[in-house]
Amino acid sequence: MNPLKDRSTAARAASKTTSAETSEPLAAYKMPPRRPAWRRALATSPFYMGCVLLAMLAVFSLLKPDAFPTVANARNITLDVAMLQVMAVGMTFVIVAGGFDISIGSILVFSGVVAGKFMENRPDTWSTVIIGTLVCILSGLAWGLWNGWCIAKLKVPPLITTLGTLGAALGAAQLMTNGADLRTVPTTLFSVTRSRPLGLSWLVWIAIVLSIVCGLILAFTRYGRHTYLIGSNIESARRAGINVDRHVISLYALNGALAGLAGMVSLTRFSTTTISGHSTDALQVITGVVLGGTSVFGGLGTLIGTSIGILIPAVLTNGFVVLNFQPFGQQIVIGAVLVGAVYLDQLRRRRRDRI
Amino acid sequence: MTAMLQASGICKNYGHVEVLREVDFEVHAGEVTALIGDNGAGKSTLVKILSGAISLDKGQILLDGRPVSMSSPTQARELGIETVYQDLALAPELGPAENTFAGREILKGGFLGKLGVLDKKEMRAQASNAFTSMGTDVKDMDAPVGALSGGQKQSVAICRSVMWADKVIFMDEPTAALGVRQTGKVLELVRRVAEKGVAVVLISHNMPEVLEVADSIHVLRLGKRVAQYRRGEATVEHLVGAMTGALELASPSTNPGTGPGTAPSVGRMS
Repeated sequence: MNPLKDRSTAARAASKTTSAETSEPLAAYKMPPRRPAWRRALATSPFYMGCVLLAMLAVFSLLKPDAFPTVANARNITLDVAMLQVMAVGMTFVIVAGGFDISIGSILVFSGVVAGKFMENRPDTWSTVIIGTLVCILSGLAWGLWNGWCIAKLKVPPLITTLGTLGAALGAAQLMTNGADLRTVPTTLFSVTRSRPLGLSWLVWIAIVLSIVCGLILAFTRYGRHTYLIGSNIESARRAGINVDRHVISLYALNGALAGLAGMVSLTRFSTTTISGHSTDALQVITGVVLGGTSVFGGLGTLIGTSIGILIPAVLTNGFVVLNFQPFGQQIVIGAVLVGAVYLDQLRRRRRDRI
Repeated sequence: MTAMLQASGICKNYGHVEVLREVDFEVHAGEVTALIGDNGAGKSTLVKILSGAISLDKGQILLDGRPVSMSSPTQARELGIETVYQDLALAPELGPAENTFAGREILKGGFLGKLGVLDKKEMRAQASNAFTSMGTDVKDMDAPVGALSGGQKQSVAICRSVMWADKVIFMDEPTAALGVRQTGKVLELVRRVAEKGVAVVLISHNMPEVLEVADSIHVLRLGKRVAQYRRGEATVEHLVGAMTGALELASPSTNPGTGPGTAPSVGRMS
């Protein structure tokens, strides 16, 4: 027993101080060496869905080599996706934490209308656009805080809370405009759409930078780790001393703010508030997030996965258009792919849990 | 030798129900102290008071000779008191290291640490070190905890508390859900934890297990400590007798009107 005791006291010392001692070979046996990162990546959902995406790109490229794999078409797809991706970033955080938000389409419209009203009678300059963007984000943030507060403090289930906001935010937007779209967007916004640094629209760049920054936050910071913990076992997170309520409110607030930003992206792209055009946005975003391997039960998910997942329906839609298929057909395909993908993921998880 | 944790005259009432009536309880560093008693005897209440989850009505708690008052489990943890709950409170989707450092993440130094960036390598190393030095069979640091066996999960939960507690660890029925082999492993682990110099409090229903692993055994009945044995002093019959009140009935001076079968029904555990 004595050597064991020595080892454990040494380990204790090591665990109380820092790295220097921890490398001492005091193990009763060696931990098996860690599998290299690429081997571990092979077993993840984003990897599988990435393969599906590549396969789809390959098939469409083979079927329409002149129309599908072109720069113009790539621009189309990425521009289509940019707005959804901005919202999908926030949605990934919320779903990883075991939450749900179906109100983002309405929040997007509301924020767009508020920003449109704000910019309407102001000088057509960059400062108006920048302040307008901030107004847009803050409007979304306000709805997000409301969602988070209801969910964390009043304990109203996320689905119901955001169902309420889904109606309320859209209603508020329609009240402000009497149901008619605002079309008086500052012309300065058009220059944003026209300029394409490094071949991609500004809107696409916003989505890319946002995804990278938030992806790093989710994967590498304490904030991200607490998000996973809350989604995996909220009671365990509470007992670990994490302020769960505050964290949950911040997640919905982030989601709302990003829906607000997406409102600005939409306003810039379409030059109008498109009040009636976003009723299925939340569902499209959730589809993408889930296709990317994020578990609707919480605790699992990555932003790389989400980026792939959000591209799959977009590529499918675009491919169907290029091939002149009935556009309605793609919705059937996406429905089947979604259910199939989640089923496969479940199978994989069940096999893992049986070990 | 002073006790690591000494509670004296602990009282707790829920309305008119006296759950704990002047309970004395003490645990020593380096020992496994078993706390047994029938359902409703007040074990859970006592443990909740000693681990900061609920407040006491009367009594005193000395930790390492100094009086302490704990108003929350977080405060108890800061004093070096950890609890391994029966449900383990593990996050099944996360790995052993992630679970070990839940809520106590190590951040990188410098600017990155200011941004909240985790030092994953360091946490893995320390967790892996704890698992191996404690002789557990938790080998795969990449597997989510949900994919581990029951015994391995228990090991993760125990090792987590060992890493943070330097005074007292409460373990609530750590072997309740385990098979024979894994129970053996977990009991070995419990002994090893005590040998590190921590005071371990084991709550259990399993008499042979208690006799095998505990250095001292305290028996609660109807909110009072009715018996206390050192290792080797008691048999299963002693323990069961003390728990049910059969021993007291044998001696003349006790509760008239309460038979051994009906006795332990006063206190309700919350």
